[in-house]
Amino acid sequence: MKYIDEFRQRELAVKLAAAVKNTANPDITYRLMEFCGGHTHAIFRYGIQDLMPENVEFVHGPGCPVCVLPAQRLDMALTLLERENIILCCYGDLLRVPASNRKSLLQAKAQGSDVRMVYSTQDALNIARKHPDREVVFFAIGFETTTPPTAIAILQAQQQHLKNFSVFCNHVLTPAALTALLTTQDQVNNSSLKLDGFLGPSHVSSIIGSRPYEFVPKYYYKPVVIAGFEPLDVMQATLMLIQQINQGRCKVENQYTRVVTPSGNIKAQQITARVMQVRDSFEWRGLGFIPQSALQLRDEFAAFDSEQRFAMPSDTAEPNAEHKACACPDILRGLKKPTDCRLFGKVCSPENPMGSCMVSSEGACAAYYSYGRFRSSQNTSKEQVA
Amino acid sequence: MSQALKRFNTTLDIVDGVVDLSHGSGGRASAQLIAQCFTQHFENPMLSAGNDFATFTTTAGRMVMATDCHVISPLFFPGGDIGSLAVHGTINDVCMSGATPWYLAAGFILEEGFPLRDLDQIAASMARAARKAGVTIVTGDTKVVEKGKGDGAFITTTGVGLIPPGIHISGELAQPGDVVIVSGSIGDHGVAIMSQRENLQFETPIVSDSAALHEMVASLLHSRASIHCLRDPTRGGLATTLNELAQQSQVGIKIHESQIPVKPGVAAACELLGLDPLYVANEGKLVCICAASDAKKVLDVIRAHPLGQEAEIIGSVVEDAHYFVHMETQFGGQRIVDWLAGEQLPRIC
Repeated sequence: MKYIDEFRQRELAVKLAAAVKNTANPDITYRLMEFCGGHTHAIFRYGIQDLMPENVEFVHGPGCPVCVLPAQRLDMALTLLERENIILCCYGDLLRVPASNRKSLLQAKAQGSDVRMVYSTQDALNIARKHPDREVVFFAIGFETTTPPTAIAILQAQQQHLKNFSVFCNHVLTPAALTALLTTQDQVNNSSLKLDGFLGPSHVSSIIGSRPYEFVPKYYYKPVVIAGFEPLDVMQATLMLIQQINQGRCKVENQYTRVVTPSGNIKAQQITARVMQVRDSFEWRGLGFIPQSALQLRDEFAAFDSEQRFAMPSDTAEPNAEHKACACPDILRGLKKPTDCRLFGKVCSPENPMGSCMVSSEGACAAYYSYGRFRSSQNTSKEQVA
Repeated sequence: MSQALKRFNTTLDIVDGVVDLSHGSGGRASAQLIAQCFTQHFENPMLSAGNDFATFTTTAGRMVMATDCHVISPLFFPGGDIGSLAVHGTINDVCMSGATPWYLAAGFILEEGFPLRDLDQIAASMARAARKAGVTIVTGDTKVVEKGKGDGAFITTTGVGLIPPGIHISGELAQPGDVVIVSGSIGDHGVAIMSQRENLQFETPIVSDSAALHEMVASLLHSRASIHCLRDPTRGGLATTLNELAQQSQVGIKIHESQIPVKPGVAAACELLGLDPLYVANEGKLVCICAASDAKKVLDVIRAHPLGQEAEIIGSVVEDAHYFVHMETQFGGQRIVDWLAGEQLPRIC
């Protein structure tokens, strides 16, 4: 596959792994957060952690849109489904996320609600055209990557006088989440988050550009390297971060130059700004309410805003309680590892996820469940042999 | 056929007609549907006898029985349809025991309003697939459900066969040191179906690998190689099959990503759809676990068959108290190939 195979070559991976090993200072532990779920996925799918020296540690961040969607927003969608005449369209991995009562959209579908998995906003528009007598709601989630297609769908619905299409908008903003992360405190140890650098988002950055991350090195003294999602991208960006740390440099660098520019995709930004505006505050699973961290539809598009159209309850109430023992909030903030959670692997598994990090394949817990168990067993075996 | 027509005042309107509730009533309409659609295509003495059963004489030995339900959407897809798939699927389930498949029973659940033209096409396809495999459809049943309570057509096929003397192939017989072989590229069927569902077009059309594998299995048995396990990696794909076999045999399995054959088109489609080809369904492939000493012989036999030209040794059986299936990635890293949790859902970004 052109433009895919080139970024998955074993020979280059071996060379990059050697370069990382030679560059990393054995006296330093490098804690690097990959913000995006896409990076987490690549690290586990290709076994990148295995190719890293022991002192290079990946910390899985909150950049999995499914993982950070608060249960309350799912509750709102489930409540909406109790009305007749609703077709709820959503992206695939949202289907299994548990709401506050442990119920998921997949279970609602099994109980008779009309929930449909779509690959794009255009699919949802087509369903609306096909069913003019039904109310089609697109459950919009995701960071800046998936926001422009939602905005375009709303503009198309307006232009085509599609009166039965609306959007339940849950789009969130990366820089705000980064700020929340960087100011987070470990309540138990009363210390700040210990991170040495960030692998910056790839697809998000293709839209917003690299400039929005400048505040991270400037105010928080953490280097950022924007990285593509292919395994060689991740490895090269890791090397670049280690080089910055070793050299005492602290800036935003762009490894993903084939896609990302400083300014990003201006057209996409304009379309988004035309349709949406920043919310005052929005709840993130694991991070709590973060000011100005999400988008909502502008007033002129109220007819296409599911929350207004169906008078859905506002999200300013108290956040829903997660399972009390679930460590997802701390895991999302990089304060704990999945294996530190009391529920992990016991009552919480991909088949029965208690928290959001176990739901998506991008979630840190799901990745650890699959990969970490194997690694632990291998380490145990080695110890027994020794 | 001409005799069958005399039993009814009219001829079934295969071109414009649809299935209605009377076709499932057990009355004249049911008899007409069976006679002028199914029996016409499946024609054989046992079916034509008109009983609710089929009788056949067996030689002494170990019989095998397998059943398979088919609820696929769309019913017609590149490389096959629900009819041929129902035949191939059950033949494969039977022959993975080492058995020679003999007879099939076919159960149809049809939805009111289903076009008779489509039903006729499906029955003809089943007949062709069965004839080609030397298997006879000897009995069956048809039910009709109200419109909206089905999805056009569901087919359940049950097959019986006989295992030759001295053959013992089963999922719990894999041993550490054994070699794992797959008979060809993975994910073709699942991607063909999903591409059709999502209306995706590719430069090189991706077609289902739906096929009966009894001849390939017969060749393997004829080679007298030490074969421990055979399984067709259908729903859940190669990953699920390997996990099943590891669990049954209480062993671990180690595979190598670089050795697993995946067609470029399938790999590209999986990238696009956010899926992992390891978990995507196949309908014309087998996984063979055999003694390492016979690995080359088995590989040669499979590759000599037209359906096995892309066969590869993909890994080996290892000792593992946790029964993990793990993979050395093309990068040289390690990755567990776990059981699938629920449906494989595409990632958002």
